[in-house]
Amino acid sequence: MERPLTQHIHPDGTTRTLREYVKEGGYRCLERLAAGLAPKDVQRLVTEAGLRGRGGGGFRTGTKWSFVPMGPDAPKPKYIVANGDEMEPGTFKDRVLMEGDPHGLVEGMILAGYAIDAEIGYIFLRGEYHLSAQRLNQAIAEAYAEGYLGKPLPGTGFRFDLHLHASAGRYICGEETALINALEGKRAVPRAKPPFPQTVGLWGQPTIVQNVETLYNLPHIINHGADWYHRLSRTQDGGTKIYGISGRVTNPGWWELPLGITARELLERHARGMADGVRFRGLLPGGISTAFMTEEHLDLPMDFSSIPPEIGRLGTGTMIILDDQTCPVGFVLNLEKFFARESCGWCTPCREGLPWVAKLLTSFEAGRATSDDLSLLEMHAKWLAPGHTFCGLAPGAMAPLQSALKYFHDDFERHITSGGCPWSRKSAQRRILV
Amino acid sequence: MLSEIERRELEDAVKSYPDKRGAAIDALLTIQRRRGWISDDSLLEIAKFLEVTAEDLDSVATFYNLVFRKPVGRHVAFMCDSISCWIKGCEQVQEQIKKLYDVDLGQTTSDGRLTVLPIACLGQCERAPAVMIDQDVYGDVTPEKIEQIVEKYK
Ligand SMILES: Cc1cc2nc3c(=O)[nH]c(=O)nc-3n(C[C@H](O)[C@H](O)[C@H](O)COP(=O)(O)O)c2cc1C
Ligand code: SF4
Ligand code: FES
Repeated sequence: MERPLTQHIHPDGTTRTLREYVKEGGYRCLERLAAGLAPKDVQRLVTEAGLRGRGGGGFRTGTKWSFVPMGPDAPKPKYIVANGDEMEPGTFKDRVLMEGDPHGLVEGMILAGYAIDAEIGYIFLRGEYHLSAQRLNQAIAEAYAEGYLGKPLPGTGFRFDLHLHASAGRYICGEETALINALEGKRAVPRAKPPFPQTVGLWGQPTIVQNVETLYNLPHIINHGADWYHRLSRTQDGGTKIYGISGRVTNPGWWELPLGITARELLERHARGMADGVRFRGLLPGGISTAFMTEEHLDLPMDFSSIPPEIGRLGTGTMIILDDQTCPVGFVLNLEKFFARESCGWCTPCREGLPWVAKLLTSFEAGRATSDDLSLLEMHAKWLAPGHTFCGLAPGAMAPLQSALKYFHDDFERHITSGGCPWSRKSAQRRILV
Repeated sequence: MLSEIERRELEDAVKSYPDKRGAAIDALLTIQRRRGWISDDSLLEIAKFLEVTAEDLDSVATFYNLVFRKPVGRHVAFMCDSISCWIKGCEQVQEQIKKLYDVDLGQTTSDGRLTVLPIACLGQCERAPAVMIDQDVYGDVTPEKIEQIVEKYK
């Protein structure tokens, strides 16, 4: 089984050096550019490969690039931005890549820049990723010293500059238009779309914002081609995916695997099943802005095309497992408190609605909830659904709530009838498990 | 007044952006690294350097949770309270810190040694619960282990 993105990452946590990177085939794509691979050829290869964005939305990368104005009359400069904000709870895949193989991101950025003819790139990195920052800064300095950055690439005339921007917190910075405001040194509130960043983005110029993991795929697609890339996966979406599992399982961690692997294989084979003394109840497939899945969904291929929208979506591919010793209401309360805290406050339904949801869930945990509160939760799931708020944060917050109300309805009811959280009495037991 | 070194660092930061304003967050973090936090005076000096109003810069500074507009202790412990850490008992770790150092979330110990703050998922979920002290990340933290960890920061 091929693992192009991670096969050379050191298991001991040290970083892959420039020397290793080059010896193992790194920066070789640049020779292909020199040999005549034009930007439109790179775009075509990526489209044929079926690469879909790994930032959570699964948007087709080739399609996204096709909206960028090209040719001699296109606005200058254009920008390419790596989204390394990675603050979606439960998600740690981009960190693994940036810490383990920083040159892979530099090369991915050069290729993406070349493909859309963007001469300037930024890596937008969350402020807490100090180790990633240190290693990326070194990789960027080395790439400048080697002439991969800051000088016209041989045979192409294309020159690319790359900067690292360390951010200062706030989950909303990961939303691409909020990220653009943050990079401009402003409050990170989202911008209205349209215009889309592909035409009017950073400082008003055409801009592509791309997830870190997405960018790591580019050198491999260019080196090995679209057919090879399709063969990596088990489904119609091309490539591998960095999957992860956290929660009470025997072996929490991350694995690069073919796209389309099932949740059951991940859970049983790779995470080696549930931890001693707990049973599986449900999972969030990729970060906390995705809907719960339960036992009946374990055999669905975990990719962008196979999960029916009425069930949910893959999200970031890093799963969080809910076990039977953990209260599902308390679980969702933790998520909604996060969203309420991280709301940027720009639009009223989200700013006011999320704290309300958190308050309602608190009343369930405290034994003060009535069946009216249950209907109020259901209503919020509708009021904050897509289309009612300025950006995707609030609808994302409703995905786990709405699905929890569906799958764990009895548990919500039990909080009402038994006057509190049936799990809190087990907290002593829980402490032992931890 | 900005020191010579601070000024040079800010000038360096500005080079990555087409305008000075672009460096607002870098500038705040740069000065904070030197001075511990962003006082009103610091804010004014940075605003002047960036050629923006202090009010404008403050609206940025107060938006981001890693910019401190109040003094913090010599060390800052960031306690992840997101879901994977919650499942694995981050609340118990935080209770233990409170018991040991008499400090709640958002507070600083009376000797000015440690500020304790909540933080969103630190991206270490496979080794939850996670805590970051200053720039060092610790995973698989337990109430038993936390004292030994904090004791490294005097
Ligand atoms: C609230 C919110 C937070 C987001 N956070 C991230 C993030 O941390 N990293 C990321 O790559 N995308 C994040 N996204 C998605 C981005 O807006 C954008 O779609 C993505 O970076 C595009 O990259 P891709 O096409 O390569 O997936 C977030 C979206 C929303 C609504
Ligand atoms: S939905 Fe929430 S995060 Fe998004 S713009 Fe509105 S207030 Fe801000
Ligand atoms: S939830 Fe705590 S590190 Fe991810």
